[in-house]
Amino acid sequence: MIRIENVSFAHGAAPVLHDISLDIPRGGITALVGANGAGKSTLLSLIARLAPLQGGRIVVDDLEVGACRSDELARKLAILPQTADAAPRLTVRELVGFGRYPYHKGRPGRDDHAKVEAAIAAFELGALADRPLDTLSGGQRQRAQVAMTYAQDTDYVLLDEPLNNLDIAGSRALMQLLQHLAREHGRTIVVVLHDLNYASAYADHLVTMRAGRIAEAGHPTEVVTADMLRDTFGTEAGVHHVNGAPVVLV
Amino acid sequence: MTRQTAGVLWLTGLLALAAVSLFVGVIDMAPGDLFADPEALRLLALSRFPRTAAVLITGASLAVAGTIMQMLVRNRFVEPMTAGTGQGAALGILIAVIVTPAAPLMAKMALASATALASTLGFLAMVRRLPPTQPLLVPLVGLVYGGIIGAGVTFVAYQYDLLQYIDIWMTGEFSGVLKGRYELLWIAALVAVLTYFAADQFAIAGLGRTASVSLGLNYGQVVLIGLVAISIVTALTVVTVGMIPFVGLVVPNIVSRRFGDNLRATLPLTALMGGALTLASDILGRLLRYPFEIPVGTVFGVLGALVFLWLLYSGPRHAK
Ligand SMILES: Nc1ncnc2c1ncn2[C@@H]1O[C@H](COP(=O)(O)OP(=O)(O)OP(=O)(O)O)[C@@H](O)[C@H]1O
Ligand SMILES: [Mg+2]
Repeated sequence: MIRIENVSFAHGAAPVLHDISLDIPRGGITALVGANGAGKSTLLSLIARLAPLQGGRIVVDDLEVGACRSDELARKLAILPQTADAAPRLTVRELVGFGRYPYHKGRPGRDDHAKVEAAIAAFELGALADRPLDTLSGGQRQRAQVAMTYAQDTDYVLLDEPLNNLDIAGSRALMQLLQHLAREHGRTIVVVLHDLNYASAYADHLVTMRAGRIAEAGHPTEVVTADMLRDTFGTEAGVHHVNGAPVVLV
Repeated sequence: MTRQTAGVLWLTGLLALAAVSLFVGVIDMAPGDLFADPEALRLLALSRFPRTAAVLITGASLAVAGTIMQMLVRNRFVEPMTAGTGQGAALGILIAVIVTPAAPLMAKMALASATALASTLGFLAMVRRLPPTQPLLVPLVGLVYGGIIGAGVTFVAYQYDLLQYIDIWMTGEFSGVLKGRYELLWIAALVAVLTYFAADQFAIAGLGRTASVSLGLNYGQVVLIGLVAISIVTALTVVTVGMIPFVGLVVPNIVSRRFGDNLRATLPLTALMGGALTLASDILGRLLRYPFEIPVGTVFGVLGALVFLWLLYSGPRHAK
């Protein structure tokens, strides 16, 4: 479980998160949604110790973020940031290979190579494996980044808008893979999504954020309503139900 | 061309150049003389071997240092000799000569490495503030920064009437290398070899701070270790043979363009290429105006610029 207690955060003088407390249960997919600038990425980067905690505490299982060893956390939790820095000249396989670094620390073994190949296969990157990243399309590069996170093989996986640049087949394949990881392997997935239809189709829990606070949390069928869309996103969009699941009309 | 083939080719070239280097100089000497003439053997041991070794170590370790610096700064246009590290080292050794002239060479070296490190940290602190959208600002700031420190060195040396030293440190050349006067460079070689054990760490640092932290890397520590290695290599080079620009800039760029940035795979090739190209420049410098010498930095500057241009405008970008 990820336990977030009274977390506040400010960028300089501008407060971004206000006293957030949230428990993310172990196992399953938790989708985090909210308007641009609501603080989703900030919250994720605090959980993944990419930014230092300013107030409150975050605990992942038995590891206290900020106090525990960083390399220990790297074997427990992986994050796909919203925007990766411009990568150096690496091939897909080399990039995915760095996902194994927390385990091999510079000397990859047979197990590491096997996990890298498995990640490449899982994201259908076989034909691209030896291509330099800077020769790939945006969606292909995104898949390579997600594959690297996948290769890290952690109990907790945080993904910040992983569907960016992916086509419908790629998006569905990724969500199904995440679902498989959650259901069959007991992994805990936290994913920031902007497409509420993907969120309600695949997530077990839906958490909405509004201006630096948690607004609603629950099963997608309860949370995705026309009222929520108005309050959280400030937009009037209809919600229908198909086979019991909410579908937002866009 | 695969990395392995390139490695074999460059190794062959390096060995051939080393053989040539042993037998090129003002005093005529052919390989056969080694058996007939004891003077020839003495010449080899006292001058030709030390010089060849010094050139190879300098070229290889500067190329490695340049690669690491480019990964840590995340900019392809920086290198220790133009971004303040070399000038910092010169400042340190100058201070040592003025303040504690009697101190052992190792102590002076340590001071030079420390000032080189301080100066590089200053550079890093400055460029971290530059907008990432303007990558060319980084080398420009480096040039200005290095220039200012270099001017400071000249000023202090002028005050203490030590200008003749400055020339030795500021323009690198190998004609003064003799047995007993270059051995410190082996430490630079050792440092360059040791950096290989952190090749993955430097490569991940090149992915940026976010990626480094999420892979559990102690980012600050890796940056510091890298800068210490760069500073030691640079300080040893500056003090022993003087400043040699371009090697740390051109060679890493050639290797990166052709073979990418997975340092665990490419650093050996970088070292080979650095050694071979520097040695080729040194030999050319000895031959072009025989019996006079052209400083290696000048020759490398011209050669390196040509190779660099050819590279920019030609060929596949990053073969495996
Ligand atoms: N480096 C920064 N400096 C100053 N303010 C920042 C910085 N990064 C983010 N912010 C501000 O913090 C707030 C939350 O940003 P955050 O990236 O967490 O939003 P988000 O919910 O992920 O939005 P999006 O859906 O657009 O990705 C925003 O108002 C943003 O302007
Ligand atoms: Mg965001």
